[in-house]
Amino acid sequence: MDTILQLLLKGISQGCVYGLIALGFVLIYKATEMINFAQGELMMIGALIAVTFTEYLQWNYFVAVVLTVLATGFIGLILERSLLRRMIGEPPFAVLMVTIGLGFVLRALAGMIWGHDPQELRTPYSDAVISMGDVFVGVSNLVVIGGTIALCIALFLFFRYTRIGIAMQASSQNQLAAYYLGIPVKRIVAFTWALSAGIAAIAGILFAPLTAITPNIGFSGIKAFAAAIVGGFGSLPGAIIGGLSIGIVEQFMQYNFGKGLGDTSAYFMLLLMLLVRPSGLIASTQKKKV
Amino acid sequence: MRFVLKTNYGRDIDIFKHRAHASWYLVLIVALVLAPLVLDVFYEKQLTELFIWAIAGAGLMLLVGYSGLVSLGHVAFMALGAYIHAILYSRGWPLFLSIPTSALITGGIGVLIGVASLRMTGIYLAIATLAFAMIVEKVIAHWPALTGGHSGFRVDDPEVFGYSLDSSTAYYYTCLTALVLVFFGVINLLRSPTGRSFIAVRDSEISAQAMGVNLLQTKTLAFALSAGLTGLAGALYAHRIGFLFPDAFTIMTSIMLLMLVVVGGLGSLHGVIFGAFFITIVPQIIAIARDWLPVGIAQSGGLEPLVFGGVLIFFLMFEPLGMYGRWVKIRLFFSQFPLYRKKTFLRQKSYLKTERVH
Repeated sequence: MDTILQLLLKGISQGCVYGLIALGFVLIYKATEMINFAQGELMMIGALIAVTFTEYLQWNYFVAVVLTVLATGFIGLILERSLLRRMIGEPPFAVLMVTIGLGFVLRALAGMIWGHDPQELRTPYSDAVISMGDVFVGVSNLVVIGGTIALCIALFLFFRYTRIGIAMQASSQNQLAAYYLGIPVKRIVAFTWALSAGIAAIAGILFAPLTAITPNIGFSGIKAFAAAIVGGFGSLPGAIIGGLSIGIVEQFMQYNFGKGLGDTSAYFMLLLMLLVRPSGLIASTQKKKV
Repeated sequence: MRFVLKTNYGRDIDIFKHRAHASWYLVLIVALVLAPLVLDVFYEKQLTELFIWAIAGAGLMLLVGYSGLVSLGHVAFMALGAYIHAILYSRGWPLFLSIPTSALITGGIGVLIGVASLRMTGIYLAIATLAFAMIVEKVIAHWPALTGGHSGFRVDDPEVFGYSLDSSTAYYYTCLTALVLVFFGVINLLRSPTGRSFIAVRDSEISAQAMGVNLLQTKTLAFALSAGLTGLAGALYAHRIGFLFPDAFTIMTSIMLLMLVVVGGLGSLHGVIFGAFFITIVPQIIAIARDWLPVGIAQSGGLEPLVFGGVLIFFLMFEPLGMYGRWVKIRLFFSQFPLYRKKTFLRQKSYLKTERVH
């Protein structure tokens, strides 16, 4: 029983990270119909920037968090303005390849700037452990879960009540109509990239205490991708649900059948989902008409 | 400018458009056959590698460039081809039997993916193949009884009828023969009704269906052929590197293959050769450039991905038709001089309509 609870908690906190990265995928997909393969790399950049602020510059943790999110968001903005805006109207395959290339470049640059040695992000809650009976839970794991919930509520409120959030919804539904209504669609798209990079940074900051940070942690972006598809690409709650299910399944598979199957379970789930129900858990697509 | 007078319809699908066209290729073949006489062992090995990449590239080009199906997981087929061949060969199968068998088995696995591909389009298919590649990589790593796992698998030296192909010259000719056969096959395939139906499916699935193309059959065949060719390249690659281990076939290789296809020029077989050339020469250039760069950058190990990623982005943004497209433009510039217009190659932009319901 305790083991199950422990695994469940670990799975949920891991799944939250996948969910947060998937959230970034989905946001960009909804706004621009582009798939950003470099989302995992943006998360990695976010984590490394946070390390720079807290370890090298010795800033206060909370100040560092805010500045990291802003800085990564700014990077997202620059990427959109310099690269992806020019790709509008190109075939989706080309856009996908550009973001793959971008992932390579970001990973290589991170390797050059921060080196390939594992780094550690120390947080005020790094070593704290809460024990509930026989179950020991790292506070880091709880913070991941709490942070995800808070972020989801914030995003919900943002899309529901703010002008810019509603404008984002409008331009994601019909760019042309939104443009006619006077919504600055290009600026909205740029803002979407910034927002999604910012979310990636939050994912990175939350994920960092659970692991050692190297330029290669961006590869968990592929698992997050599986999460986005399992949840139904294009649905924000779906991304989180998909992330959670993948995180939990992964932990249990790993515990019962070893590391090999644990690592691949996300891909098996992805393939299964694509074969059984390609539209995902929360479907938001319809069959394309001519 | 040259004018070709076509006196019957068959000339439209001729492999060579005119006699000069044919003679240039003859020159190329003769040069390649004679090359080992003058070249260093190092260059011979590089050319062999180029041939192997070109075979794999032809496989992927058939899929991405001609059938419009994107696969991010082609490394899986390469790995399967390499391992299946190495395992069969180590159990005493003759070389000329085990290489085609490995290509056939790989093609058979491609059929499975191809059948699944009918349900998935575009990005979803790309992701599914990526997941497939991840699974194959893990299976290879975690099945030491068959594949040797992380400790690797030694590939026996190639040998046919007691005649060793292990010397770099012999292997050069083996790969050259394979490449010429593959290209001859693919070129002929592409001018046959089957190849035309690939292109029809690429350009519009709906209109292809309306013209009587069986989608399932076409896509499955495209996948099978593509996987088989990539498997063949994998089998040849096994002898080239001589020692198989899971890290030789990571997702990075997949991306390299896609890069080969994109940088070379989507939808052209010339592009495959250009792309293979690019893939083999860039690491050499980087190796030379390392001596000139500041130590911090040169030693970081990230230089290669950086250059590859940068070049990929550059091509996609500024020359989506790849190196072959650039060559076509240069050729047209000179043949039409001074009447060349940039707008000749203006492409229509396509704006995606969302498939989502709101």
